[in-house]
Amino acid sequence: MDQFIQQMVNGISLGSIYALIALGYTMVYGIINLINFAHGDIYMVGAYVGFALTTFLHFSFFPALFISMLVCSILGIIIEKVAYKPIRNSTRIAALITAISVSLFLEYGMMYFVKAETRTFPALLPNKQINLFHTNIVLDIRNLYIIFVTISLMAILQYIIYKTKVGKSMRAVSLDRDAAQLMGIDINKTISYTFAMGSALAGAAGVLVGTYYNSINPLMGVAPGLKAFVAAVIGGIGIIPGAVFGGFFLGITETLVSAFGGSLYKDAVSFTILIFVLLVKPNGLLGKNIKEKV
Amino acid sequence: MKLLNKKNILCALAIFSIYAIAGLLINIGFIDSYIFLNIVLIGINIILAVSLNLITGFTGQFSLGHAAFMSIGAYASGIITAKLGQPFLIGIIGAALFSAMAGIIIGIPTLRLKGDYLAIATLGFGEIVKIIGLNNDYIGGAIGLNDIPQYTTWSCLYALVVITVLLISNFIKSYHGRACISIREDEIASEAMGVNTTYYKVLVFTMGAFFAGIAGALYANYFYFIKPDSFGFMKSIDILVIVVFGGMGSITGSIIGAILLSVISLFLQSIPELRMVVYSLILFFIMIYRPQGLMGKSDFKFFKKRGVLSGHTESK
Repeated sequence: MDQFIQQMVNGISLGSIYALIALGYTMVYGIINLINFAHGDIYMVGAYVGFALTTFLHFSFFPALFISMLVCSILGIIIEKVAYKPIRNSTRIAALITAISVSLFLEYGMMYFVKAETRTFPALLPNKQINLFHTNIVLDIRNLYIIFVTISLMAILQYIIYKTKVGKSMRAVSLDRDAAQLMGIDINKTISYTFAMGSALAGAAGVLVGTYYNSINPLMGVAPGLKAFVAAVIGGIGIIPGAVFGGFFLGITETLVSAFGGSLYKDAVSFTILIFVLLVKPNGLLGKNIKEKV
Repeated sequence: MKLLNKKNILCALAIFSIYAIAGLLINIGFIDSYIFLNIVLIGINIILAVSLNLITGFTGQFSLGHAAFMSIGAYASGIITAKLGQPFLIGIIGAALFSAMAGIIIGIPTLRLKGDYLAIATLGFGEIVKIIGLNNDYIGGAIGLNDIPQYTTWSCLYALVVITVLLISNFIKSYHGRACISIREDEIASEAMGVNTTYYKVLVFTMGAFFAGIAGALYANYFYFIKPDSFGFMKSIDILVIVVFGGMGSITGSIIGAILLSVISLFLQSIPELRMVVYSLILFFIMIYRPQGLMGKSDFKFFKKRGVLSGHTESK
């Protein structure tokens, strides 16, 4: 039982990383129907920005997190303006391949500048273990930091989306782009905001992962990117609570599967869940069934 | 339509002369083993691209798991020829049949999905196949399968490429091929016209997997050595890029795309650290300035007929 609770905590902290990345996927998909394969690489860039700030400029954790989010959101806007705006009206498959080319460009461009080797991320957070309620359950303080940062970022996102004008225009554009434009909403600006927010969350996830696992490399974004994407689809792509739910669900499932002996098959388990969810409810576990009109 | 018309005879002549000239060049040593290696890669890529074009370009089903079928074929052929000591022909047939079976098994449930969702499901399938390969000790796990006999020769490579291209392009021109194209254009309308869409989607998926399995067998029996990592998500993307680069729904486009992209990556090998950066930029500019691909939907024809649309051919 003790071990179970401890693994649950690990699962929740892994799940919050997935949820942060998945939020960006789902927001972008919701607004321009594009699977942004470059999103995992924005997360990687975030980790490297955090690394540079803390190693060379000796920033502490929170300023590094904040600046890294800022840099990533600017990167997100640039990617959107340069790469995705020209192909907004072309076919799905052209958009997908453009996203993949952006992803390759970020990965290997980064590799060219920082070299392919794995870097050691400085330990920013106190590596302290605390016993919960005097039982055998040991909590790593870094897990609590990750969960805390994630939940506050999600609260901020929730506030932006439901209480501000920007959030309102984002919801309007994702519901019906043409109607939103007719109502006087600036589509380009709204899409840029969406990319900025999604990328900022990915940047935050990058710094968190860097401090937690202490190692980063230019291809670190590929696997979590795919996983977060799976999480977004499990929860229902395009739906914000769905991404959070899917992220935590996937994180907890993976941790429990590895804890109980199946660590080699944990990726296979998550992809199998993905296929089952797609077969039973293609719109995701939290998605609504939309009737197709002819 | 007579079998022995001008067009078919010219085609057959062209096919045989390419075969004879290249065979001669290999025999006198003008084409060395390095160039031949690239020719093998081009041939394998042509088979993969044409078979994926059947699924994605002609039938409009978005698949991101084509490399998984190739890996099933490669491992099937590797096991049959290396572990069981059977001849290459049995290896190829086994590879094709195993891949086709996988195509049926994965196709029947997932082809109910559409668009992006199908793409994600096939992506997941590809990853599952890779992970099973990584964890199975009989086939070498992550280390890979070694000591596969090298059977792939110019003759058998060329024969299989020609057979694949001919079968698929003739399939497209048949009654069944037109049914597939109608699914791409409008699935609901074609269902309303009496096309059994599920049947055709599974059929096309299985055919694509069948030929991808053959490509896998050629790959395994040329490079002696296969490992699950070589057939991951990126390999599927590479195949898809060839199809889109050449033009979705154009067999000639796929062939030209496979040749051109192989040549481009050959030239990029002189700048190894910037290779992928340049490759991604090339992809990016093609997608922005020519999203329909080099050939679009049109196919190269010896004799153009007026008023004949692509995909519709003279059936009388």
